[in-house]
Amino acid sequence: MYRDIIGQEIRYKGHNGVEKNAYFSKPIGPGPFPAVVFIHHVPGWNEVCIETVRRFAHHGFMAISHNLYAEYGEGDADDIGARARAEGGVSDEQMLGDTAGAMAFLKAQKESNGKVGVMGYCSGGRQAFLSACRLKFDAVVDCWGGRVMVKDKSALNAKQPVAPIDYAKDLSCPILGLFGNDDKEPDPDQVNKTEEILKSLGKTYEFHRYDGAGHAFFDWSRPSYRVEQAMDGWKKTFAFFGKHLA
Amino acid sequence: MCSYITEKAEIFASAKGRSGWMNVDTAVIYYDHPTHIPLDHALNIDFVNSATKERVAVELSAKSARELIRRIQSALDSGEAIHLGSDDAAEPERALCPLF
Repeated sequence: MYRDIIGQEIRYKGHNGVEKNAYFSKPIGPGPFPAVVFIHHVPGWNEVCIETVRRFAHHGFMAISHNLYAEYGEGDADDIGARARAEGGVSDEQMLGDTAGAMAFLKAQKESNGKVGVMGYCSGGRQAFLSACRLKFDAVVDCWGGRVMVKDKSALNAKQPVAPIDYAKDLSCPILGLFGNDDKEPDPDQVNKTEEILKSLGKTYEFHRYDGAGHAFFDWSRPSYRVEQAMDGWKKTFAFFGKHLA
Repeated sequence: MCSYITEKAEIFASAKGRSGWMNVDTAVIYYDHPTHIPLDHALNIDFVNSATKERVAVELSAKSARELIRRIQSALDSGEAIHLGSDDAAEPERALCPLF
């Protein structure tokens, strides 16, 4: 456990080289440290994201959470999230450009060991899965990523034109999946089908399913929080990243 | 769910927000994760002034939202029976946009 850490808002180059803001944290020390990109979910770049980044630093990782809504201005995270939603949200293309920039920022740090993982909750889990297929990460943790599989193809649109599962053959790294059995999106059937596809493609994966948990069971700010399942999920996350980002 | 699936309506309305009363011209409606109400999903409505980007947000349980629909309809039915047509001229012509 690293008690001494640095946490600060930084600037990095996102999609198309546009400079944007992100929150970055790292242990104080010479390293080398592995690193994690944490992708925020649709409701916004909020306090939970910032705390998650600092949590990784406490556990010996450099971590960054990039603000996918930077172009929507400054303000309370929920207000900016609402504004982004009202204007149609960010495209997968922009998300991938921003995430690639966040990864590059981490690799450029002098304490980097050269390994970078990616993680997200909910829509961020979907985006983490997609990023691990379209970019070159070393490990991915998908926490209950909804819409990785798309039941109704009419739900695809110009901003999200392809279901992430359709890129599964290009998955660049081992994947850890954490899911609640009471979740509706993804539901247990979707989780099973995703696992079957990864298995058939010969991918390295670990899927863990929790009884008594639904969606967002890591989120301490919501009634969906489940302390035992969340703590076990964090234990598995640190072990997984510790193994694959060493 | 955590999607960008959203209904959007142009409205002629006022709302009271952080800076006091303001005109609002758009209602953004979605059923997804709320910020405050202690539910996994809620019917969320943002009343927005699209010029200043300020909003007044409401998060309702699904049951509450349906009750509100019923009560709004009831209030309109009884109120319009008394005041029929008196405010129509004050509202600018505009097409309502149910989907976005």
